[in-house]
Amino acid sequence: MSAKLKPLHRLDLRNGCVDMSHGSGGRAASQLIEELFVRHFDNELLGQRNDQAAFDVGAGRMVMSVDAHVISPIFFPGGDIGSLAVHGTVNDVAMSGARPLYLSAAFILEEGYPLADLDRIVASMARAAREAGVAIVTGDTKVVERGKGDGVFITTTGVGIVPEGIHISGDRARPGDAILVSGTLGDHGVAIMSSRENLQFETTIQSDSAPLNTLVADMVAAVPDIHCMRDPTRGGLASTLNELAQQSGVGMMLRESAIPIREEVAAACELLGLDPLYLANEGKLIAICPQGKAERLLDTMRAHPLGANSAIIGQVIEDSYALVQMETRFGGSRVVDWLAGDPLPRIC
Amino acid sequence: MKYIDEFRQHDLARTLADAIAREAQGDRSYHLMEFCGGHTHAIFRYGVQDLMPANVTFVHGPGCPVCVLPVGRIDQAMRLVEQHDHVILCTYGDLLRVPASGRKSLLKAKAAGADVRMVYSTTDALKIARDNPEREVVFFAIGFETTTPPSAVAVKQAHAEGLKNFSIFSNHLLTPAAIQNILESPEVRELGSVRIDGFFGPSHVSSIIGTQPYEFFAEEFQRPVVIAGFEPLDVMQSALMLIRQINAGRHEVENEYTRVVTREGNVKAKALVAEVFELRRSFEWRGLGTVPYSAFKVKEAYAGFDCERRFDMPAVAAADNKGCECPAILRGAKRPTDCKLFATVCTPDNPLGSCMVSSEGACAAYWSYGRFRGAAANHDARRSRT
Amino acid sequence: MCLAIPARVVTVDRDGGTAVVSLGGVKKEVSTALLEDVAVDDYVLIHVGFALHKIDPVEAERTLALFAQAGLVGGP
Repeated sequence: MSAKLKPLHRLDLRNGCVDMSHGSGGRAASQLIEELFVRHFDNELLGQRNDQAAFDVGAGRMVMSVDAHVISPIFFPGGDIGSLAVHGTVNDVAMSGARPLYLSAAFILEEGYPLADLDRIVASMARAAREAGVAIVTGDTKVVERGKGDGVFITTTGVGIVPEGIHISGDRARPGDAILVSGTLGDHGVAIMSSRENLQFETTIQSDSAPLNTLVADMVAAVPDIHCMRDPTRGGLASTLNELAQQSGVGMMLRESAIPIREEVAAACELLGLDPLYLANEGKLIAICPQGKAERLLDTMRAHPLGANSAIIGQVIEDSYALVQMETRFGGSRVVDWLAGDPLPRIC
Repeated sequence: MKYIDEFRQHDLARTLADAIAREAQGDRSYHLMEFCGGHTHAIFRYGVQDLMPANVTFVHGPGCPVCVLPVGRIDQAMRLVEQHDHVILCTYGDLLRVPASGRKSLLKAKAAGADVRMVYSTTDALKIARDNPEREVVFFAIGFETTTPPSAVAVKQAHAEGLKNFSIFSNHLLTPAAIQNILESPEVRELGSVRIDGFFGPSHVSSIIGTQPYEFFAEEFQRPVVIAGFEPLDVMQSALMLIRQINAGRHEVENEYTRVVTREGNVKAKALVAEVFELRRSFEWRGLGTVPYSAFKVKEAYAGFDCERRFDMPAVAAADNKGCECPAILRGAKRPTDCKLFATVCTPDNPLGSCMVSSEGACAAYWSYGRFRGAAANHDARRSRT
Repeated sequence: MCLAIPARVVTVDRDGGTAVVSLGGVKKEVSTALLEDVAVDDYVLIHVGFALHKIDPVEAERTLALFAQAGLVGGP
């Protein structure tokens, strides 16, 4: 039996900070990986401690997705950069109809970042991964000098398998198709804004950050012929629908009264002069399916805890301009345009 | 949300739409100018014009303080913060993306390293000044009479606290002066090329100044004014009231927004403004040219809080883009679609004039909400009903 | 023009010249420097962090009634 050379002192997770040696690949880096990352992520593949993870894949098409996360603030009501990273990549893979299997995680840490906060983030990632039924099987850590990074940047890659017979793609929306959303919109965007110092408003709204893979599994089992699925993250429902409309070369007609929005989110938007259709969501999806299957899909979604507030919000129509339009609650109609930049609070 | 949702009710919209269709006389047309960007926004966001008969049109006016701010003033503020490392420029979000000279904006200046910070309130700017005693905090003050009292309060507060590092860049404007300028313009007064049959008076400016200042216009220019609330039902009811006055040949000031606006307005707010500000003899408005007694500057007694006196800020004469029709659009003389640059070179992604940048601007509203109105109407007919 | 929103006063700090208002469950602290007196449960118009004016509930009801009557009453 070999005696492993253990470090003299454990990592000071309470008061310690990231320093340049943690990214150097030497003993300090190894200690960080062991006592923080491997301890939390704890799975067989990662436990092999190789530079890569090797696994078998079953039959079917493989799907891969990557996401970089640079969010500020790092901790926000309902989540943090860690859980957001896991949910985001699980969801990106799931939007193809695939079952997510494994994630990788690369960290760029700023010198001086508190280990206590890093521990909290990594624990959160581990929790999110367990909840989603995926394992983080390989990773990397680098450290940059103080002032050259915003605390923590995380990049995650995910792989999954698409079951036979599922062809979900942004160019498959057809006139007559129904447009569905899995729940209330704008929650994440408002949660983030409420924790930004200079806006100073108080709300109970939490980010909706969540892994959607089990919801998607139910959906594709009930309606294999779903045409499109996408999660409306940055840019909100409006931007995502515009993307799909462009890709498919179709128009869309929404009904404002059918779009689920929490009263508090609507109120925060009124106060700041923002439109909830443009705010980010991190635990919601849009699905476009043949009209005849819409009710069945809606029932399936509503039966899942993450889809309780699902609704049919509109229809795909023929339109050479590929516009997204909306019948307003008031009775008139308007165009829901593609966002020019980030929504900014306004006074006018 | 109380006092919001009730004023957006769909069934009441139908009732008002029917009444307007009945009372708008078939043999004439009605051109109603909404002075305020907020009304422009509401009209487009809710699709109010869809509920109007064809002979009632909205003419979009210059009531967007961002749109009428001359580019040179933004240049001045940008130069100040770029040339002085110790200055922190605080601004409302609306100004960040407005294109200034050389295709720059405050947002781009911030990206290049200038200390430009977005604030929601003057209160935030004061806090920044208190927290950073070794820096100079300059607040870019824009807005009509609604936004001027908060600036007055900030200056008085700074004075009371003995703050030595806070000042404002005053670009506050007066609404009646702009209305007068439009009504006196040749296109309206003599040529009749811009038809304005009646005015929607601004909602929140009027909550401060009251309805009294509009009485002069109604009388002098023989046109009805209805002070209209901010919600779409308010706009429709006010349109009905204007149509009734026009039909009867009346030209009075009526108040639809009685739940907030009174004849004398907010006396306390007006007094605070009068204490801190005085009228500039003249001020250049983008699109309207030089308008006398139309803007505020900080009084001598508070000179220490006027950044134009604290710093050397030479005026910058900046010309608008040659093809940009913002000036005509702001006066209601042209529509966004009349501008050759609209939706070709000038888009929300690449705004050449401020009518496109500010979400209150006619061009931005047109782009976002109304660009393909004809196409939209076709789709209404074609789409299948569930 | 100016984005101003009606909100209900939840608490008042007379000495500090501020109040906390609530709109649909979202709370915000605003300055009351522009108003003479503000009481809990008043509705006020909020703009750039300041309360500009009180909302008159009687006039609000009257205005809503006017909308409904538009169909019945014709002409000036």
